[in-house]
Amino acid sequence: MFNTLTAHELTEKLKSAEISKGDILTSLKKQIKKNEDKVKAFVDFKESGIIDNNNSGCLSSIPVVVKDNICVKGSLTTCASRILDGFKSPYDATVIKKLKASGAIILGRANMDEFAFGSSCENSAYFVTRNPWDLTRVPGGSSGGSAAAVASDETIFALGSDTGGSIRQPASFCSVVGLKPTYGRVSRYGLVAFASSLDQIGPLTKDVTDSAILLNVIAGYDEMDSTSLYVDVPDYTKSLTGDIKGITIGIPKEYFIEGISQDVKKATNEAIEVLRKKGAKIKEISLPHTEYAVSVYYIIATAEASSNLARFDGVKYGLRISQEDNKKLSLKETYFKTRGAGFGSEAKRRIILGTYVLSHGYYDAYYLRAQKVRTLIKKDFLDAFKEVDCIVTPTSPTAAFKIGEKIKDPLSMYLSDIFTISANLAGIPAISVPCGFTKDKLPIGLQFLSNILDEETLFRTAFSYEQSTDWHNIKPNLE
Amino acid sequence: MSISNQTVEYLAKLARITLKGEEVSALAKELEDIVSFIDKLNNVNIDNIEPTSHVHNIKNVFREDEIKSSLDRDLSLENSPDSKQEFFKVFKVIE
Repeated sequence: MFNTLTAHELTEKLKSAEISKGDILTSLKKQIKKNEDKVKAFVDFKESGIIDNNNSGCLSSIPVVVKDNICVKGSLTTCASRILDGFKSPYDATVIKKLKASGAIILGRANMDEFAFGSSCENSAYFVTRNPWDLTRVPGGSSGGSAAAVASDETIFALGSDTGGSIRQPASFCSVVGLKPTYGRVSRYGLVAFASSLDQIGPLTKDVTDSAILLNVIAGYDEMDSTSLYVDVPDYTKSLTGDIKGITIGIPKEYFIEGISQDVKKATNEAIEVLRKKGAKIKEISLPHTEYAVSVYYIIATAEASSNLARFDGVKYGLRISQEDNKKLSLKETYFKTRGAGFGSEAKRRIILGTYVLSHGYYDAYYLRAQKVRTLIKKDFLDAFKEVDCIVTPTSPTAAFKIGEKIKDPLSMYLSDIFTISANLAGIPAISVPCGFTKDKLPIGLQFLSNILDEETLFRTAFSYEQSTDWHNIKPNLE
Repeated sequence: MSISNQTVEYLAKLARITLKGEEVSALAKELEDIVSFIDKLNNVNIDNIEPTSHVHNIKNVFREDEIKSSLDRDLSLENSPDSKQEFFKVFKVIE
């Protein structure tokens, strides 16, 4: 039915008046009714919550699901956290303004790990979203709800946010396309901040063409975000030529490490062969500081998170616990109790770790040192891009893991982002596209990385790969 | 490096978070694992390397000091757990 189609396919059908907006919405609502109880991609799907839109534009009549950390005026935005219980956004995020202006319909909000802290959606204060390919497994995270909604055809596309892989890893686990744009390419205004120097909003879509169409809409300078880049936005759909002759693709030897699953390794090598046959030159490269990326990330990201989350104090919005045993608490006690009750365990872990690495006596040893190693990681990429046009790696070392498998071991959870984190540290764009399945029929993702503001090369190579394979057309069986 | 319960309690105080007893001891153990993992950064030579706080080489963004409309006051107060007239309401701070 229409809900299984992409935005560009639907736009064609709408233009020829073969279908109407009502047809699209009806088929999506039917799919949601049928499968949402199993997948649980939405925080709370309500037909009355759909924000319709009569603007004409390139996304006219196309429904989108929005991660629960992006502000939609008049709608709840809770970051899947108890501390933002009942919070209604007083304004639209810039990306939402742009989507509305281009005609998109907002279907609802997608579940996520609380404040985007996690790689499995298990840290949501609501419930765990399930992987549409195997309901006993995680959809990945933190944009797990967004990825699961796209994969189960409960939406046409979705918005997510990516701080260390939170768009690409779930895209890989659910067999959809996930893009993290260059840092500053898309405005962060209205995105609830996790780690301000790493966060980017990006699309999760059914194919590379939709990803390019969506980036066309959401990219660009915004005076409300002083870190957004003052550079023109090209028409990314022009990069979808299918031709990659003359492109040099780097394969970093540090990404084929111990611990990577054999199925993932095999699928990645096969994908590299596809790219070679299409005319790309394949070259082994080295990104020598790769092994330090996870450590650098968990210092910088938690430091920034502990400082960003200081705003949740029970005064301006969200939860407030101001009395205990019928006794009124002081302002200071209110801060302590509200934050103690409102934040989940991963949020507390990251706030405490972030406070530790920033605290007196440890700042130079951890935070400053991490910022310096970040410089080296970025330099690795800039050096590599003198020799190659883009880099190809697996998106994640394994396919989707079981619900409950890693939640008790934070460090092993952190290591599932090992291949995606570096792009955020270096500020470069990266995209994950479906590249096969494991023996157990679980999706595998292939990651393309390119130089700062060179999303065009990403789209060009990823589209060429997609054209030669059929992985993106295979759908999960939810019967 | 070992991390004691006292260290976690001190950090929780800095971060203004009440932690339950079992949360403190669990966090101490988890933090110890994470910190010993991130300690591998001590193996990297960072002599003469500048820190990166922002990935792009952009400078301060200045603009003219013009009056523009901002978020409506009533809207800003709408999410407040407690407000009175045009203010967020909290308990007395100074005794």
